[in-house]
Amino acid sequence: MGSVTAERTRGSVSMRVSRFFFRHPHGRLGVLLGGPLAWFLIVYFGSLFVLFLSAFWGVDVFTSEIVRNWGFQNFKTLWETDVYRTIALRTIGLAAAVTITDIVLAFPLAYYAARMATPRRRNMILVAVIVPLWANYLVRVFSWKLILSPTGLLNWTVETLGIGSLQIANSGWAIWLTFSYLWLPFTLLPIYGALERISPSFLEASGDLGARGWMTFRRVVFPLIIPGIVAGSIFSFSLTLGDYIVPSLVGNTKFIGNVIYDNVGVANNVPFAAAYALVPVAVMAIYLLIAKRLGAFEAL
Amino acid sequence: MKKGMKWLAVLGVLTMIAAACGSTDDNGGGGGGGGGGGEETLTPTITYDAIGDTEGALSLIAWNGYTEDGSVDPAFDWVTPFEDETGCDVTVKYADSSDEMVTLMRQGDGSVYDGVSASGDASNRLIVGGDVGAIDTSLFPALADVIAPIQPETGTNTSHYVVDGAVYGVPYMYGPNFLMYNTEVVSPAPTSWDITFEPELNGAPNPYAGKLTAYDSAIFIADAAMYLMAHNPDLGITDPYELTQEQLDAAAELLKGQSAMIGKYWALYTDEIDGFVDGSMVAGTAWPVNLSYAEADAPVDQVVPSEGVTGWADTWMISANAAHPNCMLKWMDYTLRPDVQAQVAYWYGAAGSNTKSCDALRDVLGKKFADLVDTVRYGNCGNADFLNAIYVWKTPEANCHDDRGDVCMDYSVWQQKWTEVRGA
Amino acid sequence: MESRTARFMIRFGSVVALLFLYIPLVIVVLYAFNNSIGQKWPISSFTTKYFGLAWRSPDLREALINSLMIASVATLLALLLGSAAAFAVHRYRFFGRNSVSLMLVLPITLPGIVTAIALNSSFNTFGISLGLMTIMIGHATFCIVVVYNNVIARLRRTPTSFVEASQDLGADGWQTFRYVTFPAIRTALVAGALLAFALSFDEIIVTNFVAGTQLTIPKFIFNNLRQPRNRPIVNVVAVVAMVVMIVPVIIAQRLAGGAQAVGATRGGDVATPAEPAGGP
Repeated sequence: MGSVTAERTRGSVSMRVSRFFFRHPHGRLGVLLGGPLAWFLIVYFGSLFVLFLSAFWGVDVFTSEIVRNWGFQNFKTLWETDVYRTIALRTIGLAAAVTITDIVLAFPLAYYAARMATPRRRNMILVAVIVPLWANYLVRVFSWKLILSPTGLLNWTVETLGIGSLQIANSGWAIWLTFSYLWLPFTLLPIYGALERISPSFLEASGDLGARGWMTFRRVVFPLIIPGIVAGSIFSFSLTLGDYIVPSLVGNTKFIGNVIYDNVGVANNVPFAAAYALVPVAVMAIYLLIAKRLGAFEAL
Repeated sequence: MKKGMKWLAVLGVLTMIAAACGSTDDNGGGGGGGGGGGEETLTPTITYDAIGDTEGALSLIAWNGYTEDGSVDPAFDWVTPFEDETGCDVTVKYADSSDEMVTLMRQGDGSVYDGVSASGDASNRLIVGGDVGAIDTSLFPALADVIAPIQPETGTNTSHYVVDGAVYGVPYMYGPNFLMYNTEVVSPAPTSWDITFEPELNGAPNPYAGKLTAYDSAIFIADAAMYLMAHNPDLGITDPYELTQEQLDAAAELLKGQSAMIGKYWALYTDEIDGFVDGSMVAGTAWPVNLSYAEADAPVDQVVPSEGVTGWADTWMISANAAHPNCMLKWMDYTLRPDVQAQVAYWYGAAGSNTKSCDALRDVLGKKFADLVDTVRYGNCGNADFLNAIYVWKTPEANCHDDRGDVCMDYSVWQQKWTEVRGA
Repeated sequence: MESRTARFMIRFGSVVALLFLYIPLVIVVLYAFNNSIGQKWPISSFTTKYFGLAWRSPDLREALINSLMIASVATLLALLLGSAAAFAVHRYRFFGRNSVSLMLVLPITLPGIVTAIALNSSFNTFGISLGLMTIMIGHATFCIVVVYNNVIARLRRTPTSFVEASQDLGADGWQTFRYVTFPAIRTALVAGALLAFALSFDEIIVTNFVAGTQLTIPKFIFNNLRQPRNRPIVNVVAVVAMVVMIVPVIIAQRLAGGAQAVGATRGGDVATPAEPAGGP
């Protein structure tokens, strides 16, 4: 690092480029932002646009070719047939349940890691939370199927202990448990981050002002970590909202993801799937707006 | 949000994309065409009339169990000998439903997969969509040995692969969706589908409720319709695939009542195998291959109930845009051989379309089990009456193919109804 | 500071959470050695033959190569575009800045199936054949978000005075970047890259719709779950992936956690700030 300045001459290329960008900050911005923006507009928003455009079309019954007969027929079907509303509400309810479960499960461990553990323990816990993500998602779902099956670990334990039998395979409980398991690390990490960012001086000050443990938590800690909690909840909510693999492997009910998947991969009716896909998009849009208000975006 | 140049740019990009969407009207043009089985004659996109040099590769869509290459059980392998003989390296994509097969077959305008083992509820959609090519029957002399009802030229039951005189494939295997049940739990042995459909049996609640299963696909509505044919003749159902709105609604009602008793619908065939093995399922509709796997670990048996069975007669069809047409044609020829079909029958439990395969199967089974060939265990091989009695999968269309005209419900309505049954 | 009851509850809750996380993983490991065809508990006989089968499987080898390739390309693209975007959003005020920062997190906050069918539908409309490239495109889209999140979180904690000081000392843009900025964000890049790689490697939801006939590890696993006889192979794959990644994760965590280089506030970042590996 020593003789850097000595080598540079006024006219070198890098100096000239730097000077250009120094004088034209918007040029720099353009270079930086151009790539990602182009990618997002063309690949991501472009394809979303194509998809939602097709929500207004239909398909030929026999050949499954898309027919561009503009209209609201798909939306009409969605609105008039009760089952789609049932499925949507059921999915939203499940997503909320999973989110709450994950927050409750994650909080103690996040708190311990952030504020009670030694640095060595903290690193170990964080590694321990992340390593499961490397065991493939499908395999972890399947292992829950094994655990919850009538001949699996759960029922065997319950029966060996003599307290009857617990056959929850293929039920809503199985789906709820599996989802809570899968998204726990993603809920935990932002909560951990938020807890860890609280400066000790806040807590000391609160103590100095006479607040005891619970009061400090309620009045000082909790408001400070709300962004982190909401940030973590975005993932568990959104991931549950659109998943089609877990309900089909461990459950027996249809959720939003299943309807979309069935209509695209099986029934080949992309316009209808696109129309229904607007439901989770709308739900998440509202959720994200609320989350942004609560400051979650800085805690992602 | 502030309006700015950024938004104009975004809008501009989107408008360009929309314009591109509007103009690139590919996929061979939208609707019209073959909707609802119109009366104009259908000409094939392409007719394969010669087998040339093989291309070294073959890409198939197949039902699980139709293309064993020894990886599951080294004793069952009819793919490797084909590869050795023709030099065509076979890759298979397994599908769980006819719907999935149709979707897959259409990928890349038909160039991704060369062939598909299509059941009747896929074949007609593929034919009308121009996705599969016709074949010249003289290429396959073994067609002369195919069981009478599905003989291409003279058969009475060929509408699923012979349309307007053109033959769109070669028959492969056929079989029933029989009732599979756990012999230790379900007693006495069932003789009717009522144990799967009725919430009450003999005045008491159905003892198997919660442990029943059914096939998770819209085509299963036909099974309910078939049940109603026998138990509710006032509805006037003559063909379980040709249902008016009223008949379809009645079938859906029956299915909704059934769904409360279903432990799990099986969409993957392994769902049913696992279910019977771990005891969470004790009775339900099954493919023969499911029984073949399950009986190794669970006490199961099959029966053809009194109301009848739905089933399938599968045809190997070749893509109209196949990347490896000669390999596919050779495969079609290979799979018509009696010894090949006998191996498949042994593994899968279905019946080969080639009547000579029944004798070959007797040889494979050996003296002790040869008589099983004539039972439903192997699809009553060679028995034309049985084949005619199976309500093989067909694509429901608006055209009722009888004097009612165009009042029947087409498959898209079936799919909607099935979502209602499953989603409730 | 916390009361004794509170400390006890927290410790208890932590143990519950850790057990909940790891019991299914123990099951995954155990069933990799399951020798019986049925998947009963308890396992009656053990075998290591599935490790051999997996090692010899040509499909698995193909899937592994594909997955590694795709993940590498997607991560590389993500590093370039994600950090560029993070710099842009952090350092400059421009029209629509809020919208851009919202837009950049959408791919991971909108359900994956929406992205999946959107990409599938567009590829089909424009006649782009589904294959390795389309998978890379799909994966890169959410990998960019991951890197962006990590880098911008780190940038928010890095005092800009350092950059100004560097320029005051006569360094040009490139030198400032190389000697001041880059060291500050280096570990965030590593953490982001590791997470992006993990996501791409494990991705099934979008991949199902854009892969065509190409095999990736998750697709291989998906296919094998439907083979009643060879299920333990997928457990073997999961076990090996976990074991192989333990060391890199530890290293990345040490790096990210220990990054006090540029006056970061107490505690630094976590190696993987919230990102769904399960299937965005």
